[in-house]
Amino acid sequence: MVAISKIATGNGHGEDSPYFDGWKAYETNPFHPIDRPDGVIQMGLAENQLCFNFIKKWVMEHPEASLCSAEGVNKFEETALFQDYHGMPEFREAVAKFMGKVRGDRVKFDPDRIVMSGGATGAHEMVAFCLADPGEAFLVPTPYYPGFDRDLRWRTGVELVPVVCESSNNFKITRAALEAAYEKAKEANLRVKGLLITNPSNPLGTILDRDTLKGIVKFINEKNIHLIGDEIYAATVFMEPEFVSISEIIEEVECNRDLIHIVYSLSKDMGFPGFRVGIVYSYNDAVVSCARKMSSFGLVSSQTQHLIATMLSDDDFVDSFIVESKEQLFKRHKYFTLSLSQVGIGSLKSNAGLFIWMDLRKLLKEKTFDAEMDLWRVIINEVKLNVSPGSSFHCDEPGWFRVCFANMDDNTMEVALLRITTFMHKHNEAMVPRKLCRRASLKLSLSRRRDDFMSQNMMSPHSPIPQSPLVRART
Amino acid sequence: MLSSKASCNSHGQDSSYFLGWQLYENNPFHEVENPTGIIQMGLAENQLSFDLVESWLRKNPDVMELKKGGESVFRELALFQDYHGLPTFKNELVEYMAKIRGNKVKFDPNNLVLAAGATSANETLIFCLADPGEAILLPTPYYPGFDRDLKWRTGVEIVPVHCWSSNGFRITMFALEEAYERAQKLNLKVKGVLITNPSNPLGTTMTKEELDHLITFAVAKNIHVISDEVFSGTVFDSPGFISILEAAMDRNLENTDVWSRIHIVYSLSKDLGLPGFRVGMIYSNNKTVVGASTKMSSFGLVSSQTQYLLTNVLASKRFTSKYMKENQKRLKKRKEMLVSGLKKSGIECLKSNAGLFCWVDMRHLLSSNTLEAETKLWNQMVCDVGLNISPGSSFHCSEPGWFRVCFANMSRGTLQVAMRRIKDFVERSNFMGRIKMNYQQNMSSLSRKLLSNWVRKLSSPDPNEHER
Repeated sequence: MVAISKIATGNGHGEDSPYFDGWKAYETNPFHPIDRPDGVIQMGLAENQLCFNFIKKWVMEHPEASLCSAEGVNKFEETALFQDYHGMPEFREAVAKFMGKVRGDRVKFDPDRIVMSGGATGAHEMVAFCLADPGEAFLVPTPYYPGFDRDLRWRTGVELVPVVCESSNNFKITRAALEAAYEKAKEANLRVKGLLITNPSNPLGTILDRDTLKGIVKFINEKNIHLIGDEIYAATVFMEPEFVSISEIIEEVECNRDLIHIVYSLSKDMGFPGFRVGIVYSYNDAVVSCARKMSSFGLVSSQTQHLIATMLSDDDFVDSFIVESKEQLFKRHKYFTLSLSQVGIGSLKSNAGLFIWMDLRKLLKEKTFDAEMDLWRVIINEVKLNVSPGSSFHCDEPGWFRVCFANMDDNTMEVALLRITTFMHKHNEAMVPRKLCRRASLKLSLSRRRDDFMSQNMMSPHSPIPQSPLVRART
Repeated sequence: MLSSKASCNSHGQDSSYFLGWQLYENNPFHEVENPTGIIQMGLAENQLSFDLVESWLRKNPDVMELKKGGESVFRELALFQDYHGLPTFKNELVEYMAKIRGNKVKFDPNNLVLAAGATSANETLIFCLADPGEAILLPTPYYPGFDRDLKWRTGVEIVPVHCWSSNGFRITMFALEEAYERAQKLNLKVKGVLITNPSNPLGTTMTKEELDHLITFAVAKNIHVISDEVFSGTVFDSPGFISILEAAMDRNLENTDVWSRIHIVYSLSKDLGLPGFRVGMIYSNNKTVVGASTKMSSFGLVSSQTQYLLTNVLASKRFTSKYMKENQKRLKKRKEMLVSGLKKSGIECLKSNAGLFCWVDMRHLLSSNTLEAETKLWNQMVCDVGLNISPGSSFHCSEPGWFRVCFANMSRGTLQVAMRRIKDFVERSNFMGRIKMNYQQNMSSLSRKLLSNWVRKLSSPDPNEHER
């Protein structure tokens, strides 16, 4: 049998990571308040589901944004034909405006630098193809999103070298850590082409402070390497301190702009992962030009461009959405972290993102990654929560877990908290048998969920499982 | 500073194929606003049947159920990013694909992988089948986009399989073997052969014989066959379309090795005229390829919004039957209009039964049988005549003088304008040719001057011409 490619047969797709194992556990036994109350609750998927009612209202009030309505069908032909990889001008303008608003209008984005891609997944791969050759490397601060191992490396042949950040200083990116990583790459004979930062951070949920950002910009300029800023969570900053974007920093410090690139998407800020709206924004003309040609491999559906252009051009909607989204995230985050702290679970202080970086170090039998895996298996199988172990994010210290909180309704959140509370009480009793534990009083109200067949089947995440039992055809 | 992919030009966009588009963009024809502009005949789009789709949409408003309070699927769609794709969508797609093939082939939706257009599907398939430095055989002439889609980021090489006008550009066993030898000499390991059936740019469907050659060749050399069947729904005349899978089934190869080395690429961009929606797909009976390409599709998934809309459109069987029939009828008529229009100018086309274009023989208009002469003629066509047609060299045709001319991406009126322009050009060329001959036969200098003034006036386009 003739071989297929090494890329196809290797495991560079990264799906053998425990990050995805938890999803498999969830997929085989997914929680449903009525049908499967003992199922696994998905807390490993960073989705933003808190503002759909708000968005849905807009969509229903603006039928012209859809090609399928009487009001929108007259745009059908020109939209269906539009495959220009520059993207619709109104789409680019609307996205540029949105990106500016999310940054408090402190910076303006040029619509002509907006390049489309197949989600941020496609954007990252595209940037790697543009900036680095096979065998070259990017530095990435840990802990980082597991998908980067696939997106930046799999088909590009580019290497990732971790910039190790530690809990002792709240995982700050220090100059020392950057230098150490750079040296390590050199020793391994890897030519470093760039540094990739995610700001706000996934999985930490924190933002980079101004000084750190300035230090990073200084570092990359000195080393003459690219800086890729993944700002996919920019609009999820729900609390002070305010978000500072790279686009702002380069206005404040000396910088070779040809080195600066931003990756963005609407999957997190707006909660539209299904629409595959990824953006590469580069200050380097050659990169814009190359990326634009490469975007042929993952253009945004013109139908979706039309919807997004209409939606994001509505200033009133955008302004109120940004406010509403922050409020919902703030409320959910506060409730979740407060409830956790009441049962003795701490997490890294955060002000952004759709998750918290939960500190379960004290629950480890020993300070090893094996112990982390053991604990993780307990959380999945006994507590029935899919959370993501820190090791899958290349965290260099065991005991941390990323726990998502924005991808479920209030009821499910209550159930999750109840399970955690129960587990912690059991654990505390086992630790200190005679101590009376204070029971946190949690509301528990399971309202009858509408029998929404579609929702049950279509809520499947970006699943690595070939035959997801959740996704059943209706015909 | 950047990658070598970014700095080189293997994106293939320096080809005349794309340059012509740029020239068109700078001066696009419009019946009212720019009647002397360049007419785009270099874009293989199907614009003939939109009214059918729009009428369906009007009869089925609110297909996204946006108005039905509470039952809206918006949220579910917005969240749906499963790279297996919407099951209902894949079910409809395989049914549609089977229908196009007269239901002679049945497709399993589990073997279908969605991608962002055939562009993405082709690249993904190559990533799955070949390592950098390995090679794919491609019969010429072939779609210029392949130079980018198959080679650019994959690092895979293309080795052309030369086909000639002497036998209608049919693929012969000899040509396949010759290309394979050439690859060996270049130390390139051949992993597969990629065909486009129906052919772009020829507009012909492959014969049973050609398909058999390909399969025999693939068995003998132990290589893959990729069949890009994006134009399969545009077959408007006999002989009918035979898919590679049908040919393999006719030889009872379902349980043999080669069955898992046959892969199809498809898209809705040509048949349904929806290139903007980016709906492409890979079909393979090879589980490993399906698995790997499914994961790779993460880099270019189809928007869930689009999957949902098209699920509903394709689910309407009466609509799809009506559409297929009517679309083919209109394509045939329009093609005949182009062919007869060109014939009036003394220009012949390769006999075709599919596609959105004709493969036009303009060899007799070349000043010499060279690439330079073809390029010169092409320049004249784009800049003087104002027609963006695509030169055969951009399709790697081994013989100069052939041009691909699209006919389905414009109104009847525009096509008539195009035909008139060509006729005038040919007449001018003939006339100029005759004048040149006489001119060279010892005329007095005064006569020469008068004549050349008159000829100059005659050869500059009359701006009022197109209002007739």
